[in-house]
Amino acid sequence: MIRGWHTQLAQIVLVLLLAPLLSGVTRKIKSRLLRRRGTSVFQPYRDLLKLIRKEAVVAENSSWLFRTAPYIVFATTWLAAALVPTFATGLTFSAAADVIVIVALLGTARFFLALAGLDVGTSFGGIGSSREMMFASLAEPAMLLVVFTVALFAGSTQLSSISAHMTGPGVGLNISLALALIALIIVSIAENARVPVDNPATHLELTMVHEAMILEYSGRHLAVIEAAASMKLLLYVSLIACIFTPWGTTVAGSGAVAYAIGLGSYLLKLAAFGFMLVVFETAIAKMRVFRVPEFLSVALMLGLLGVILLFISRVPQ
Amino acid sequence: MTPFLLNQLAACGIGLLLLLAALGVPVSRLSSGSRLIYGSCALVCSGLAAVALYALLVPGSGTAAVELPIGLPLGRTLLALDPLSAAFAIIVNLATAIVSIFAIGYGRHAAEPQRVVPFYPAFVGAMNIVLLAQDAFSFLAGWEFMSLASWALVVSEDRSAGNLKAGLVYLIMATGGAMTLLLAFGILAGPEGAYSFDTMRQTAAAGPAAIVLALALIGAGSKAGLVPLHAWLPLAHPAAPSHASALMSGVMTKVAVYGFIRIVFDLAGPPSWWWSIPVLIVAGITALLGVLHALMEHDLKRLLAYHTVENIGIIFIGLGLALAFEAGGLPVAAALALIAAIFHVFNHSLFKSLLFLGAGAVLNATGERDMERLGGLIHRMPVTAFAFLVGCIAISALPPFNGFVSEWLTFQAILLSPQLPQWIPRLLVPAIGATLACSAALAAACFVKAFGSTFLGRARAAAANTAVETDRWSLGAMLLLAALCLGAGILPGFAIDSLAGVSESLVGAQLAAQSSQPWLRIAPIDPVRSAYNGMLVFAMIVAAAVLTAIVVRRFASHGLRRSPAWDCGFPEASPVAQYSSSSFAQPIRRVFGSVVFRAREHVTMPKPGDTGLARLQLELHDIAWDALYDPVIRFVNVAADRLNAFQFLTIRKYLMLVFAALVLLLVIIGAWR
Repeated sequence: MIRGWHTQLAQIVLVLLLAPLLSGVTRKIKSRLLRRRGTSVFQPYRDLLKLIRKEAVVAENSSWLFRTAPYIVFATTWLAAALVPTFATGLTFSAAADVIVIVALLGTARFFLALAGLDVGTSFGGIGSSREMMFASLAEPAMLLVVFTVALFAGSTQLSSISAHMTGPGVGLNISLALALIALIIVSIAENARVPVDNPATHLELTMVHEAMILEYSGRHLAVIEAAASMKLLLYVSLIACIFTPWGTTVAGSGAVAYAIGLGSYLLKLAAFGFMLVVFETAIAKMRVFRVPEFLSVALMLGLLGVILLFISRVPQ
Repeated sequence: MTPFLLNQLAACGIGLLLLLAALGVPVSRLSSGSRLIYGSCALVCSGLAAVALYALLVPGSGTAAVELPIGLPLGRTLLALDPLSAAFAIIVNLATAIVSIFAIGYGRHAAEPQRVVPFYPAFVGAMNIVLLAQDAFSFLAGWEFMSLASWALVVSEDRSAGNLKAGLVYLIMATGGAMTLLLAFGILAGPEGAYSFDTMRQTAAAGPAAIVLALALIGAGSKAGLVPLHAWLPLAHPAAPSHASALMSGVMTKVAVYGFIRIVFDLAGPPSWWWSIPVLIVAGITALLGVLHALMEHDLKRLLAYHTVENIGIIFIGLGLALAFEAGGLPVAAALALIAAIFHVFNHSLFKSLLFLGAGAVLNATGERDMERLGGLIHRMPVTAFAFLVGCIAISALPPFNGFVSEWLTFQAILLSPQLPQWIPRLLVPAIGATLACSAALAAACFVKAFGSTFLGRARAAAANTAVETDRWSLGAMLLLAALCLGAGILPGFAIDSLAGVSESLVGAQLAAQSSQPWLRIAPIDPVRSAYNGMLVFAMIVAAAVLTAIVVRRFASHGLRRSPAWDCGFPEASPVAQYSSSSFAQPIRRVFGSVVFRAREHVTMPKPGDTGLARLQLELHDIAWDALYDPVIRFVNVAADRLNAFQFLTIRKYLMLVFAALVLLLVIIGAWR
């Protein structure tokens, strides 16, 4: 039990510390692919430290919601990220929140961010919130269908149990899982505001979605929101790694060597998925806002197809 | 306390409510008369809720019904709190008690209290009669009484033609619904006319049970707001004064759900496997169409009424799943789905009442229901805004509030459905799951829009700029409901455990006791399979947020400066140019609306050089009106025109008609023999 708590605590700290590094690494690789030298992989840490020390400038008619929303967004995203097994399964909190809760916690974060976008009453915030909620209205059901597929496959909605089931015998290539993986990747791209859905680097008004929502934020508020955004990216990458490539992950309570292997393999998986994400991003152009629903509908349909195939193939005993 | 004493107490409570209704007629003209009536309502309803809670938790209730010597010549009125009645009596009376507290403050602003005050206790009493009735006659009598009392509340503000039309539509729908329920009970009662529920359970129905299912779905569904019978809800619910709207939307729809459960799960006997199919299809369509309609709406109260339609869909999804599982021989799964549905009924009664009360407070302070003319109220009405925000989070099914728990339970029930033996429900359930997920995500968008355009941003009209916070009674009621939303979200195990008796009596199984789970978590089937700990999630969110805020402000920076918003160099001239509720919904309207509502935008641009106004006209169609109601209305009008001629005949012609009708009837009887 002690080990379970330790692992959980380590995980909570790890996601917080590692998230900016993942953003830094993806930015670095992206720069290299674009034949630029790029900033150091540690630049996001420096940005966060710089922002967090600056005074916050808020708009004149902003309310208390505007000032509390960053912390709520940060807390819910942090909690969700801490619930996804990274290097070890069997976390203490696994029994408290399953993967449906993780999806819903991200929903809470988005809800508050969208409200914060509307708080000042400028057009940028409004356009960002409105588009973000439109994307979410397709991305969230797609995500839940992916969850259904995986949960039906593993007979559980808890990530620790799912991960253990996936490493176990009798799991081979499965068409439903493949469909779920594609859907999950599409959802991850949309939820993390990556190209082709949104561009994290843009500051051109008409193309912003996520950036438009947080346009009024500055100083420590902005730092907290940026930290939450990088944790969300880490969460999705960890989720894909935990469900679809659970190899090497240790179980809480095993020996130090197993922990080292677990941590090493997790870092490797992060690097590999980060690299693939950037290659995909560099190879594709951003799409128009109203093409995004079609893109997300693909994920929704793939998820539905995956679930229906499972429902058909599982003949009850 | 013996069950009989409990039933007597409950009957006395109903009697008191009816007495209050009678008392309301003279008293409401007094200056503090409405406070007296509403305060007494709050007390009586809390008492009724306590009695019902006791009856639910103590086994053996529901026996020894109270017999009243009134009713049909052949029968008598039976009132009892069996587990199902008790569960719904708690839901109805708890919400009503808090709404009555709100009304103590809110009712003072009524222009003509005598048009509202007497009908309010009558309405509440009638809902209780429906819940406690153990025979078809008193059930239907209570049902009709409930419809009439609420109709009086709908038309209490008859200055606007819209309210009168709403009342007419409501009356027609209510009459039709009661008619179908009457027929359903007629079939269940059999040729002997055994109208008590006990004998109905024992004797086989006189007709095929399929007809009973269809009639219950139409009768209870029209009251609850199942698509396409939902048309009256968005007209009638907003027309009533806000506390009555809260009762109609948050509570009366639950009485309809009770009617459906009572007839289909309890009285109609064991379900066939295909019963779940129409229920699930209708429920899925209801959930999706309800939330899409709500998204298109910019009248705050109509938005809430449409959103009730969505939640009724979610509840009926749970009920449909329970039917499928029960027929498929999976009683534990059926218990899970049924408890998910009833828990959602409870949750919805809390947050929908809360939101309607919040809308009432806004309406009272600004005189506006149109969100295009509100905005920025979080500054003027901070406590109302806070309570409304809690309601918005809860209804959007976001953790750690209560709406999430019941949706989580429904999802867990959906994940058990591959075990169903029949193919068609097994193929249908994933699609229903996708619909449920979609409507949950759209609900979040809908309430970002509702809260954002009402309370955030800048005031769009002068009324919103001069609003003042509402009175203390109203605030207390709203904060109480908000606290209950949180409480039910972080301690759901108690609610699930107390519904064990209901699922035992209806589907013959109950879930494992949640109170034995460690750390207040809930694990409906098996902790390895799925578990949720709302308390821990809530504690972690609060701890993480507070810790982060303290660390950041203590060690990094705490300076705060206010400056004008970033405007790209184009100062926005008018607050009207802000993002409005329609502009917020525009992307979703474009994605979903062009198919579902045949939404069309007509843009009229003046020629270059012309300084005339540009216009954007939006055209939306309600499928239910286009496909169902308008043809019926046209048919009735045409038929009435044709039959009009019969009003102006001479007496000889009338006699001839009577004679012809007599001959025709005799011929038919002769042929029958």
